[in-house]
Amino acid sequence: MQRQVALERDTALDAPAPPARGRRTVLTPYYLLAPTLLFLAVFFAWPMFQALILAVQDNGRFSLGPLQRMADDVLFWEAIRNTILLTLIVVPAQVVLALIMSLLLVSGLRGAGLFLYAWAIPLGISDLAAGVVWLSIFNDRGYLNSALAGLGLGQTGFSFLSYEHPVSMFLAVAVAETWRATALVMVILLAGLQVIPKDYAEAAEVFGATTWQRIRHVTLPMLRPSLQVALIIRTILAFQAFAVVVALVGRNLPVMAEEAYRWYGDLRNPSVAAAWALLIMVFSLVNTVIYLRALRVRDEQLA
Amino acid sequence: MAVADTPQTLPPGAVQATDILPRTAARRKGPVRWPLYVAAILITLFLLLPIYLITIAALSPRAAVNDFPKSLVPRELSLETLLFFLNSRGVVASAWNSVMVGVITLVLSLVIGTPAGYALARFAFRGRDAFKILILTTRAFPIVILSIPLAVTFIQWGLYDTILAVALVHTALALPTTVLITSSIFVSVPRDVEEAALTLGCTPVGAFLRIALPLALPGLAAASLFTFVLSWNEVFAAAILTVSQRTLPAQVFTSLGDSPLPFRFAGGFALIVPSLVFIFFIRRYLFNMWGRVVR
Repeated sequence: MQRQVALERDTALDAPAPPARGRRTVLTPYYLLAPTLLFLAVFFAWPMFQALILAVQDNGRFSLGPLQRMADDVLFWEAIRNTILLTLIVVPAQVVLALIMSLLLVSGLRGAGLFLYAWAIPLGISDLAAGVVWLSIFNDRGYLNSALAGLGLGQTGFSFLSYEHPVSMFLAVAVAETWRATALVMVILLAGLQVIPKDYAEAAEVFGATTWQRIRHVTLPMLRPSLQVALIIRTILAFQAFAVVVALVGRNLPVMAEEAYRWYGDLRNPSVAAAWALLIMVFSLVNTVIYLRALRVRDEQLA
Repeated sequence: MAVADTPQTLPPGAVQATDILPRTAARRKGPVRWPLYVAAILITLFLLLPIYLITIAALSPRAAVNDFPKSLVPRELSLETLLFFLNSRGVVASAWNSVMVGVITLVLSLVIGTPAGYALARFAFRGRDAFKILILTTRAFPIVILSIPLAVTFIQWGLYDTILAVALVHTALALPTTVLITSSIFVSVPRDVEEAALTLGCTPVGAFLRIALPLALPGLAAASLFTFVLSWNEVFAAAILTVSQRTLPAQVFTSLGDSPLPFRFAGGFALIVPSLVFIFFIRRYLFNMWGRVVR
């Protein structure tokens, strides 16, 4: 027992394991990890492999048919374009807004605790619910048109969500997605701001740095690890944008996850659906690698 | 770090807003501060106004959906729209399915993930870093998308269109987070007490069950609520894996195309309310959940 106490360490992140003296003791953590590893093997690694198999077979034989059908679909390029465009608009908007929010929260506002709670509320709201919430605002007789009418701008209402107005339709989805998921980025950035030692900011101030210079040259570089995590997680979630789009504009704006759903649910073709799943996975992986590389390169330049 | 100087009255793993945000006394003397308040209030309006609007949309009578222009203060409040939603076919059953899926998911992810979280928090062992990286990597994967190949597997296993199938995918989704959260909770449970129990002759399992687990319980409860909300909110896997055993989001989602606006508004409102309650209860833990993951 006491041997075990000696072996246990709580913060040994990089430290090598201390010499093992009792066989039973050494195996304990592996027993504890086994259920998680087993579960992830069956419900994470295996379906990933299965998706690959499904996407390259037709009636049990190897075939590039499903990939071909996916690429030949009329909506293929449109779905990819919309997803990338949505990601390019939503992710930067979320990061900038979340950065402003977390900097405001640590700037010592009165009632910051209340603001924090209010701003964290969207964390609990699903993409489907977010789509419906903004549908009540953007629909033809919705609150936005009501407000515009109240201001004397257009008495008939504008069809924001109609396919005839692709820009407003697209922006409506972007606003709903930004509204819902900025809180997640904020929480990650706020946690990152917490670990930046106060001395740095104080030193910058002593040397006469303006608030902007302090944020630009002290806070942002120190926040890079959190920004990296937030960017990776948010971009991957943006590639899967689905229910928010369908709830707001239906089929007017095809996106990748919606196509995967359509091929599985409506067209009853799991192979092509798996091909889409695979494509989303490839997008996510490539994106993660790019972020890791891009943010590391800047790190070297700074050094 | 915030956790280290958490006041004694708070359970381990909980973080008070004042630990994260600077105290009022420590405020910097800036030139003009009112623009900061204007910005904060504008952001609050942007985030909270839509929740108010969906609430009055769901609490207005059905006919009010055609009112134009609508007023910010509803003319009359009624439960008609919500009752219409609740009495629609499949809604109550799907809400019950959602609760069941959520409960199975949180039990599975706690039972499977807590030991791993404890191992990460208390042991140094070969492969610990590799395991952490593996767990972090799974978070960088679109797990929900995996429900498509899993659907094919579940048909073979006879699990397709069951709440268990949905719960299994939700567990895969929640498990990495559960491991990291429970690990951060156990790190903040003082080890001294556990070691004291060991030296006084408690077995390691006994020390865990009698000391570490009770101390970690509030944090674990918050982690469970978090998992429940994750499952309650998930649409894609639930819609792919079920046909008759819909969860509430899947039910609302699949009837989007052929349901009137009041039904959708009531559905959106019904989806949001439980999440808001849960977020209120776990607000002190949110930072541990996402914050610790960063490092």
